[in-house]
Amino acid sequence: MLFTSYNFILFLVIVFILYYCIPKKFRWILLLFASYFFYAQAGVELLLFLLSTTVSTYIVSLQLLRLSGTQKAYIAKNKTVLNKEAKKAYKSKIKKKQWKWLLACLFFNFGVLAIFKYTNFTIANINSLITAFGGTKQLNFLNLVLPMGISFYMFQTMGYLIDVYRGTVQAERNIGKLALFVSFFPQLVQGPISRYNDLSRTLFEKQAFNSSNVWFGLQRILWGYLKKMVIADRILPAVNTIINAPEDYQGAYVLAGMIFYAIELYADFTGGIDIVIGIGQIFGIEMTENFNRPYFSKNITEYWRRWHITMGTWFKDYLFYPISICKPMRKLSKWSRNHLGEAVGRKLPVYISTLVVWFVTGLWHGASWNFITWGVFNGVIILLSGECAPLYQWFHKRFRVENKIWYSAFQILRTFLLMSSLRLFDCYRDVKTAFSMFGTLFTKWNYEVFFNGSMLELGISTADYMVLLLGVLLLLLVSLRQRKGSVRQQMAEKPITVNLLAVYLLFMAIIILGAYGIGYDASQFIYNQF
Amino acid sequence: METLLEILEELHADVDFKNCETLIDSAILDSFDIVTLIAEIDNVFDVAIPAEEIIPENFNSAKALYALIQRLDEE
Amino acid sequence: MKRKKRIIGIVAVLLCIASLYLVQKLLMPKYSADIFEGALIEDYYNETTEHQVVFIGDCEVYENFSPITLWEEYGITSYIRGSAQQLIWQSYYLMEETLSYEKPDVIVFNVLSMQYGEPQNEAYNRMTLDGMKWSGSKIKSIFDSMTEEESFVEYLFPLFRYHSRWSELTADDVTYMFSKKRMFHSGYLMRVDKKAAGSVPEGKILDNYQFDDSCYEYLDKMVALCEEQDVQLVFIKAPSLYPYWYDEWEAQIESYAKEKGVPYVNYLEEIEEIGLDFSQDTYDGGLHLNLSGAEKLTRYFGNWLKENYDLTDYRENEELAKIWSEKKDFYDEMKEDQYRELDEFGYLKSYGAREVTNED
Repeated sequence: MLFTSYNFILFLVIVFILYYCIPKKFRWILLLFASYFFYAQAGVELLLFLLSTTVSTYIVSLQLLRLSGTQKAYIAKNKTVLNKEAKKAYKSKIKKKQWKWLLACLFFNFGVLAIFKYTNFTIANINSLITAFGGTKQLNFLNLVLPMGISFYMFQTMGYLIDVYRGTVQAERNIGKLALFVSFFPQLVQGPISRYNDLSRTLFEKQAFNSSNVWFGLQRILWGYLKKMVIADRILPAVNTIINAPEDYQGAYVLAGMIFYAIELYADFTGGIDIVIGIGQIFGIEMTENFNRPYFSKNITEYWRRWHITMGTWFKDYLFYPISICKPMRKLSKWSRNHLGEAVGRKLPVYISTLVVWFVTGLWHGASWNFITWGVFNGVIILLSGECAPLYQWFHKRFRVENKIWYSAFQILRTFLLMSSLRLFDCYRDVKTAFSMFGTLFTKWNYEVFFNGSMLELGISTADYMVLLLGVLLLLLVSLRQRKGSVRQQMAEKPITVNLLAVYLLFMAIIILGAYGIGYDASQFIYNQF
Repeated sequence: METLLEILEELHADVDFKNCETLIDSAILDSFDIVTLIAEIDNVFDVAIPAEEIIPENFNSAKALYALIQRLDEE
Repeated sequence: MKRKKRIIGIVAVLLCIASLYLVQKLLMPKYSADIFEGALIEDYYNETTEHQVVFIGDCEVYENFSPITLWEEYGITSYIRGSAQQLIWQSYYLMEETLSYEKPDVIVFNVLSMQYGEPQNEAYNRMTLDGMKWSGSKIKSIFDSMTEEESFVEYLFPLFRYHSRWSELTADDVTYMFSKKRMFHSGYLMRVDKKAAGSVPEGKILDNYQFDDSCYEYLDKMVALCEEQDVQLVFIKAPSLYPYWYDEWEAQIESYAKEKGVPYVNYLEEIEEIGLDFSQDTYDGGLHLNLSGAEKLTRYFGNWLKENYDLTDYRENEELAKIWSEKKDFYDEMKEDQYRELDEFGYLKSYGAREVTNED
């Protein structure tokens, strides 16, 4: 069910009404049924995927719990007999056992993900290699369905399991509750990727009806729909026109495409998350924020702390740190310190881990080389900007511009253009095209197309542009306001009539100005098939 | 504690590590620093800080970090 | 304080619903500047008295028969419930709905739509369905008519379908917000201009001439409904030269009508008797008759009705005479206005015609 379908709205209304009618202790169970129902709409067979992940994780997490229990009991029983060395040895024995269980479950689950998402990509690459070596045999592609949201719920659940292994999360004994954590319908499709300790605080709580939550949640949902339907879906046809025909749309068109796509992706993704978190809120459930005014970032590192936050922190906690501080890495670091110099030795773990993380991030976004290239480029640029730190320091010492408003504006614009350029790998289906399109920005001087009416031939009309302009302005104003604190909170302090009017206008804008219905294609959230 | 402060000062010479309590929150230490720190601490104190201990509470001040090192050493 | 908030909340919701209703009315198409046929179905509900004869079908009824002529020459009251590309199940449900409002003596159905067994076109669906008042018939008709891309919610709340018209609004959208422009004469859409028919090519050879089973089902339903309600059902094929009416189709209708005992007249076979001259009596080269053609056909058809059915001549009835005299006045006014436009512009500018260029 797409968020922007009539069926989903009906589904949401029904679940909402039922939720507050049934006894509080059953409310999380209703959400579990609702989530499975929601997922089944994509195909009843697909429930098997949810179940296999849930059951395997449940079994293994209980094993980990059991082993921890054994360890505690043993140590308590033999407190007087054990010395520090023996204790350490015993602990590491248990840890090894737990590690084996963890590995098995990770292998199984990520294996499922790998098979269904990356088999055809692997086959394509094998075929290319065969051809490169002069062979003629080509492997056939498999007809595999990609279970909806698998990249999101898989990562979320594996994060939970790793946390159980690390001892930072108590294993959930109730398989139903675990099932809900895995399948919770609002976040299934595009995140945020929640941590068990955060989400479980409110997910299973006996929620009382809280009118403030419902009101704020409703506003957030409407705001999300506005972004998604009035802005993102409206500008999408122009983006598609440009990127689907790179032969015809070069130079200035590529610039237009970059900026349009930046707007479209922002509105679509953050709008979707607004809907997700808003839905959580009307049920009294708190979810982690996934965006923090990302286009106000002054450099790429800051950007990745503000865009798709939960993905960033997931990779940081479960991939980056484990790799960069693990024993083999430290050994390598020591070796290179001795043989390649202090500076190299210190940087090596970070550089390797960063590149690995960004390679995986790229791969996570999609099973094709252009996504991987995008990921690696991000990593390289982040490392480069780190290398340039002394240069920046010198610059800021020499020219006191750090706090000047125009310099900040420059930094923001620079970062915006940089990230928009990197997204070209996202847009064009192969790396070569992305590079050459970027090149045409400088080689093809057709910037007159901004002034001679060509922009009206991309699939959107003058009226559409007006709406987009107003929409983007509204987004900007709200973001600027938000720096002072929650905008809904600020609104709540205004008279009730102002609040009602604002919500009413929001609602009407979505219905009248939304780019939906016959004449507009129903768009998918871009991250839907992850 | 002295040794720890030395290690920290090597990363950023101009920061007052004795008194600062917002090393993570103010982004004074970034992930690169943390990785380097952990390697050094392992070198010098022979204490391996696991990934789950990389939280702001433990790294926001030199004091907290030292407490972490001592705790891990005991276990 | 809480009570006050609750009252404000309820008032707000009511205002919101009211505004949605108004906005929907504003954004729905008015069919007042062109594509007038979109307003046909809704026009029926303006009628104040019953009718002896009701025509049902597609453009071959609403462009080819003149109820004013039927009244003037025979005193027979009639109405044409037609719409563009009206599909047979839509006709059946209109028939069912009409019979819930009145009981005519005769219902005339044009059989051209037997060739369409599947939902065809969203725009035409809208023109036939939006104008119907809500009833069981309308709901059934919607479900049978929806194409893949359509959804019932969009018929229930047409705002979801027409919201994108916000950037195309004109003054007419406000003027005709609650009632459409008066354009028809008991369901007849008048055109006085002329465009002679050229040579009519033979129809393309089809793979399959057999009418769809579902179409026969609806034909059966029509027969049953009229029998049950004691209404005389008549099948006709109007004398339009396009779309091509195949002999194989003709044979099927003839045999069906004979089997069911329903009178069937194919006016394509009586063009001479009717006195139709396709150089004078059509405005679009033979697809539809113009005013003079429609009046000729109606005169001929009225005669047939008189001979075969016992229909009262109501010209002496004071009440009806008054109503139909007013209708005649409006009819004559429009005729005059159309001739004036032809003189002034050479084409029917305000009546949906396009300017005639040399290439036509």
